[in-house]
Amino acid sequence: MRKNLNVIAAYSIMMGLIILVGIFQSWNIALSIFNLCLISAVMTMGANIQWGYAGLINFGIMGFTALGGLAAVLISVDPVQEAWRAGGFDILMCLWLIIVMVLVIRFILKNYEKSKIRTYSIAAIIIAGIIIIRVTAEPGIEAIEAVDPAKTGFLGGFGLPIIFSWIVGAFFAGGLAFVIGKVALGLRADYLAIATLLISEIVIAIIKHEDWLTRGVKNVIGLKRPAPYEVNLQQTDWFINLVEKFNSSKLNLISDLAERQAALNQFVIEGSSIFVKLCYSGLFLVVVIVLLILTQKALYSPWGRMMRAIRDNEEAANAMGKNVVKQHLLIFVLGSAIVGIAGAMLVTQDGLFTPGSYRPLRYTFLIWVMVIIGGSGNNFGAILGGFVVWFLWIEAAPIGLYLVNLTTAGLDDTHFLKVHLIESVPYFRFLMMGIGLLLIMRYRPKGILPEKIEIK
Amino acid sequence: MDFLNAIILLLNYIFVPALTYGSQLALGAIFVTLIYGILRFANFATGDMMSFGTMFTILFTWYFQSVGISLGVFPTALLAIPFAIIFMVSYMLLIDKFVFKYYRIKKSPPVQLAMVSIGVMFVTQAVVRIIIGPSDRRFFDGEKFLIRAGEFKDMTGLNEGLAIKSTQVITILVTVILVSALFWFLNKTKTGKSMRAYSDNEDLALLSGIDPKKIVMITWIIAGILATIGGALYGLDKSFKPFTYFNNMLPIFAAAIVGGIGNPFGAFLGGYVIAFSEILLTYAYKKFFMYVLPESMEPDGLVQLLSTDYKFAVSFSILVIVLLYRPSGIFKGKVL
Repeated sequence: MRKNLNVIAAYSIMMGLIILVGIFQSWNIALSIFNLCLISAVMTMGANIQWGYAGLINFGIMGFTALGGLAAVLISVDPVQEAWRAGGFDILMCLWLIIVMVLVIRFILKNYEKSKIRTYSIAAIIIAGIIIIRVTAEPGIEAIEAVDPAKTGFLGGFGLPIIFSWIVGAFFAGGLAFVIGKVALGLRADYLAIATLLISEIVIAIIKHEDWLTRGVKNVIGLKRPAPYEVNLQQTDWFINLVEKFNSSKLNLISDLAERQAALNQFVIEGSSIFVKLCYSGLFLVVVIVLLILTQKALYSPWGRMMRAIRDNEEAANAMGKNVVKQHLLIFVLGSAIVGIAGAMLVTQDGLFTPGSYRPLRYTFLIWVMVIIGGSGNNFGAILGGFVVWFLWIEAAPIGLYLVNLTTAGLDDTHFLKVHLIESVPYFRFLMMGIGLLLIMRYRPKGILPEKIEIK
Repeated sequence: MDFLNAIILLLNYIFVPALTYGSQLALGAIFVTLIYGILRFANFATGDMMSFGTMFTILFTWYFQSVGISLGVFPTALLAIPFAIIFMVSYMLLIDKFVFKYYRIKKSPPVQLAMVSIGVMFVTQAVVRIIIGPSDRRFFDGEKFLIRAGEFKDMTGLNEGLAIKSTQVITILVTVILVSALFWFLNKTKTGKSMRAYSDNEDLALLSGIDPKKIVMITWIIAGILATIGGALYGLDKSFKPFTYFNNMLPIFAAAIVGGIGNPFGAFLGGYVIAFSEILLTYAYKKFFMYVLPESMEPDGLVQLLSTDYKFAVSFSILVIVLLYRPSGIFKGKVL
């Protein structure tokens, strides 16, 4: 108990802050912050597995998040029959071509000695393949994108409940991580960082511009929900009764019947959106707890010990007969898969998929700030980092506004400096993150909750 | 005649823009490579440092415009750049003193320094946005074109026009002058040579009496000059927006690594490799083939290898391929 005191203290402070937001701003805001904190926590757990356990830098978190989001779209949206009829055949042909191409390249790689001719022939196959695929796909893609472009213009998905996409998202992200890991994990740390950053940009470029698959920058809106809709809730009797019960003390003060009904309606509207958010919180909490249990178990298992050994001294671990390359690949895939889950959760919560919104600052660097500030190598630290940083990221604007008002209190309201500063309040969050990261790196390089390994 | 038209077409749409864009990337890439070679970390704040320098260029340009100073046909920004450099260099030296120095003395691994540079990136980004705002700004003034497309057509009687913007000429000229000065400095002067020695082998350089503090300071000064000029030229040619500058970091990294990180000449050429491949692969060659081929063989489609949406993706793919097959870069930089 005693040794976990700082963990408990840190988490209670965090929860206290969120509750304060609930009391002073509104419960709606508090819950939406809490939900995004939970999603961020899942992302940081993924990044923490890679960085904290194994020392691998993955600056491609944005790409894996987006793939998770893509999974949510592909699983939940109903298939667009017309588009399938128009161009489905071409797309399926392309899929076959890609599979054939990969198999041929594998065959060459396996059966021929490494030589210049082999390299050139593989390059030739890839180039020829790309041209053939383009020629095959072009009419199909055009046909698909012409199908009611204002509403669909893409193939759609499988029409399954969106919750399945959390698992599928993990597989998508893990699959991409496998490919990236196979080719890039041999690179030195900072090269790996740059390579993953750029690969994630390529992923985003593809998602943004392949309209037949993702609708691109036209966005996919109105995804299915795992939670009830507010509008339906507002008309169900048990929910209205529940809200009435909760607010009975306030309602009883109002004597006028019409006024009482109006107040109740207001409460029902507010309550419905809070109820929906609570449903999401519940779902996300389950994911976070399950992942936390799994990652904790892994951390203290022989496998976790091996991972730390590899992280701390690769050569020694190698000499002890541990397959460093294989383990790195494994952990890269696992961590990225967790990030993929978070990506799917994010899209599930928003109910829309906007490829244009994936930017490295928000989805890669911010997640890294979370991991570093929270404490790399410690799952509780990583989750706490997700909470603290996301909380500050959202609340930076109000805090910044307060500070600006405080420091410029002597100035006239129309003074140009004050107006300018108030306009730039949203950017104080960057300042806060930057200074926070620099201070933590300098004075507490292991994060708020440092990694602790018990030696028995 | 058709053949001439085709050449002018390529010059106008591929060669000149790629040369300009490549020069802008080259300056940034040399900046990255210097920091990497001498301070030994990948600087993720590159794009934002460039936007910081550009911001000061714009502020000074505005000031000069407001008091009525101008350079006539040249953009006022050229006059503002030296002043901006002073601010930029002092900012960089300050950051080095308060942030990077600690880790350098502690001999932290490069990864940690890269993380710290992310912190610097956030702070710089915030400062830029708080001071000048996130919106798109143009600060070009003076004569816009050296040759207009219409004038060129009249002059030569060709169908295709060749438009050369004065910013393009300025960019290329300034880059050539700056880069030659830099190479002269690195190869001929004593300080430059000691910088290269320090980058080659730190311990050996220290043993032979090279002062590391001086080397680091000069590196930051050169970096500041490169970042400000590179950023200002990009802003003059296109426009200034903090977010684009942040994104430009990616092709700049690509250029530096493709050229061989730690090798300034490689970085310089890397900028052009990236720029040309981006533009060559995404240009629609339909019109070119219409000029060159006989009428019966004219292509139906756009004859575009990749859609322009994948412009960035091209340079990143090149980078990934280079990283995988030749991590030391095309021009054999050293892997420090």
